[in-house]
Amino acid sequence: MIPISWYLVFSAALFTIGLFGVLARKNAVAILIGVELMLNAANVNLVAFWRYVTPDAIGGQVFAVIVFAVAAAEVAVGLALIISIYRRRNTIVAEEIDMLKY
Amino acid sequence: MSTDLITWLLPLPPLLAFLLVILFTNRRKALSHTIAVGAAALSWLGSMVIFVRAVQVEHLGEHPFHSTIPWLPTGDSVFTIGVFVDPLTVTTLFFVSWTVLMIFIYSVGYHNYGQPKGDHDMPGMPPHGATVTDEHGRSKKVLSIEPMYARFFAFIGLFAAGMYTLVISDNLLTLFIGWEIMGLCSYLLIGFWYAKPSARAAMIKAFMTTRIGDVFLLLGIVYLYSATGTLSYRDIFYNQEVLNSLAATPSGFLGLSAAALIGILIVIGTIGKSAQWPLHVWLPDAMEGPTPVSAMIHAATMVSAGVYLVVRSYPLLSAGYVHGQLTAPMLLMGFIGSFTALFAATIAVAQNDIKRVLAYSTISQLGFMIAALGIGAYVAAAFHLVTHAFFKALLFLGSGSVIHGMEHGVMHTDQHIDPQDMFNMGGLRKKMPITFITFLIGGLALAGFPFVTAGFWSKDEILSDAWGQGYTMVFIVLALAALLTAFYTMRQITLTFLGKPRTEVAEHAHETPWTMTVPLIILSLFAISVGWSGIPEKFPIIGNLFPNWFHEYVGGSLLEHPEAVEFSVIPLLTSLVVSIGGITLGWLLYRRIKAGSKDPLESSLGSFYSLLKNKYYFDELYDRVFVQPAYTISRNFTYLFLDRKIIDGVLHWVAYVSPIIGTFLRNYIDKPIVNGSGDFVGEGTKRLGRTFRFIQSGKVQQYMIVALVSLAAFSVLFYYLLTSAP
Amino acid sequence: MTGIQIIFIIVAVVTLGAGLMSVITRNLVHAALWLVLALLGVAIFFVLLNASFLAVAQVVIYIGAIAILMIFTIMLTRRVAVGSADSQLNANWGWAAFIAVALFAGLVWLLSGWNGFNITAQQMSPRTDTIRQLGTALVSPSAYVIPFEVASILLLAALVGAIVVAWDRKS
Repeated sequence: MIPISWYLVFSAALFTIGLFGVLARKNAVAILIGVELMLNAANVNLVAFWRYVTPDAIGGQVFAVIVFAVAAAEVAVGLALIISIYRRRNTIVAEEIDMLKY
Repeated sequence: MSTDLITWLLPLPPLLAFLLVILFTNRRKALSHTIAVGAAALSWLGSMVIFVRAVQVEHLGEHPFHSTIPWLPTGDSVFTIGVFVDPLTVTTLFFVSWTVLMIFIYSVGYHNYGQPKGDHDMPGMPPHGATVTDEHGRSKKVLSIEPMYARFFAFIGLFAAGMYTLVISDNLLTLFIGWEIMGLCSYLLIGFWYAKPSARAAMIKAFMTTRIGDVFLLLGIVYLYSATGTLSYRDIFYNQEVLNSLAATPSGFLGLSAAALIGILIVIGTIGKSAQWPLHVWLPDAMEGPTPVSAMIHAATMVSAGVYLVVRSYPLLSAGYVHGQLTAPMLLMGFIGSFTALFAATIAVAQNDIKRVLAYSTISQLGFMIAALGIGAYVAAAFHLVTHAFFKALLFLGSGSVIHGMEHGVMHTDQHIDPQDMFNMGGLRKKMPITFITFLIGGLALAGFPFVTAGFWSKDEILSDAWGQGYTMVFIVLALAALLTAFYTMRQITLTFLGKPRTEVAEHAHETPWTMTVPLIILSLFAISVGWSGIPEKFPIIGNLFPNWFHEYVGGSLLEHPEAVEFSVIPLLTSLVVSIGGITLGWLLYRRIKAGSKDPLESSLGSFYSLLKNKYYFDELYDRVFVQPAYTISRNFTYLFLDRKIIDGVLHWVAYVSPIIGTFLRNYIDKPIVNGSGDFVGEGTKRLGRTFRFIQSGKVQQYMIVALVSLAAFSVLFYYLLTSAP
Repeated sequence: MTGIQIIFIIVAVVTLGAGLMSVITRNLVHAALWLVLALLGVAIFFVLLNASFLAVAQVVIYIGAIAILMIFTIMLTRRVAVGSADSQLNANWGWAAFIAVALFAGLVWLLSGWNGFNITAQQMSPRTDTIRQLGTALVSPSAYVIPFEVASILLLAALVGAIVVAWDRKS
């Protein structure tokens, strides 16, 4: 059978790939893609733990459901922001959006 | 009011008068003299009350009125001061209060109160007269009021306060305080007309000369305090043990005992204050001051204070005295006193200024008193002190009256002659009768005219004591001095009042106002009657009628009542001869002096006369020996070298070095270090900021990376720290 | 190796590969499509984990809504002169790679220290109705109704916020 370690390693790997995407990509939407990967990795982690450790307590799945909701909300708002920024600055390259610079 | 309280309060009215006049009423002449004369009257009243109470007490000397307060904390003990009324104090208070009051009243008239302001009078110069136009349009000059009127009363008020302090004090310290106050007032009053260069010189000379005496006196007081731990009369002069121990202790100086050395130092103080040789030079010059000053300070009170001091200190001066063997201080007094008496009398004979004669006469009479004390004639010295105060004050006030009359004549005639030169006077008995009679009484008292004048009784007592105790040398010298005294006194009276006026000024002299003549009259009454309180018991005929009150009373001031000397006819005869002989000689020689003629003594004494007239050139000698070298040293050494070169040099050097140090500090410490550190902080912060602000790039991903890398690093660090640490 | 394990490995590899591609590829649309594949793989995992509702929800929400949104946004924010020739990785990608690797290693090492690392799944009874349980839990007052409501408010806020933020002020 599949030990939990496989799931955990997998989710860790997916999470770090997503992190790499967040940190290293220029385009803002690409960053959001990375964020999605991270969220999904977290979800997998959650559900794996639910299934392997406490399959009776449905709270694990509930948590995952909430994460869904949050992810959806966050993507919506983030994309709205990106569009707004694009309108103003005509760019969505994260490096060029540095108004908080000294 | 208790006697002690009155005594404490005696110096207060004149002191208050001084303060009030100086601070508040300086511009109001009438108010100032009212305050001053009122104050003198109050103190006089207090003194009379004390006198009346004190004479009723039997054996006042053994239990005098004595009241003390603790004053100065000195380590373990307290130095007490207080007031002390014994027979000597009582008699001194008597003559001091009377003469002071009389002189205060006299000063009102002397300074021409009521007269108009002078034409060109300025403060600091004596008044020169005012031009008055009467109703017919005629203008004439009259005497003008003294511009510094109120100041005079303030100063004599302070002086009177000092004298009362001295007389009532019960210890040498407050005596010295009063002594010094009077020295100050003497200085201020001699130079009252400070715009006159001669007055300025005289005031400094007086102060300096008496200062020499004062320094020695202070040394004596200090030595006495360190030897006995007290300065109170009761503890020293009335304490036989203390006196004996002082007489027995060697002082280590010239083989003298402590008592002798202290005594000599005290006597030197008196030599300065009472103008004895060799410190006599200030008194004649002190005649620059107004005449009331001469009367009060230099005749009746201040110089008497010198004699009062030695009379008071007599137990100490005579500690160890056995009959026939004088102690060192007494020897000193005997010698100096008798020498000065003769010395000054010889000078007085050749003086032409009316006040100068009286000044030298004072010096001479003080010599009598000191000589008397020197040979142990305690009561005689005190007696002469009292009588002299009265008739000398009378004589000085009279001379002031004469000078005033002469000045009136100068105003009238516009002749610019010296109103004080006797050779310009003459015949004034007709013009100024009251002044004449009172002056005559005073002069006769001074000359020792028998029986009816006080001077006779006191001088005779001195001569009797000298003869009776066997001090023949002193007797002869004093008798000679008495002869000369009578001579120059009659010379003075003859030249001034008798004969015919020698100048127009004397023609136009007239009598002075009542404020001046009434004190003269009162003082002349005393000049006659005071002597009758001291008629010796063994005197033929009258001796038995009156008890010798003075001897009994004042003698009680000593621990042992002094013996009255045996009566001998020789001193009596001598007194009669010298006084009547001197008077006659004086009258004979001078009754026919005309205007412009020379002094007959000039021709008879020749060059000796000029020696006398120039006071034996002592002033010139002192000038050459002391004054000029002092000037030279002070100019060349102290001023040019010490002050200019060294002290100023130091200052210049400091001024030179300071900018150098300043610039150095500025350039090497202030700017780089102080400013630099301040700037460094600012600049450093800026540079730090500039160096690190690249972190804030505005790029979010970069922030994240930095955060995560730091997180990773810290995690590793903390992991190893927390797991490896025990 | 059982069949489940083989399936697991294949799906894991595919998912990870898709994820990697999506963060590396230059073309943004390709990245979005690779993302879709990764999401699909995650959905399969949910199935393997007996969380069937979540698997369906994953497909519907993530792929059906979120990925579509992303593609729309990519379309709307295309810059004309930008080709897919420049690298899509920024200057700090080296550091990012380092962090990613370090984080992965760290996570794995930490997790391996947990004593339950190798547990296997217990059998669930076929009668467990996870969907019903989930539904009940979401609305039951003694369970998770409050997070549910809060999440709904959050969605409302996001909705309103997104509209407000993206409103075109010029019109």
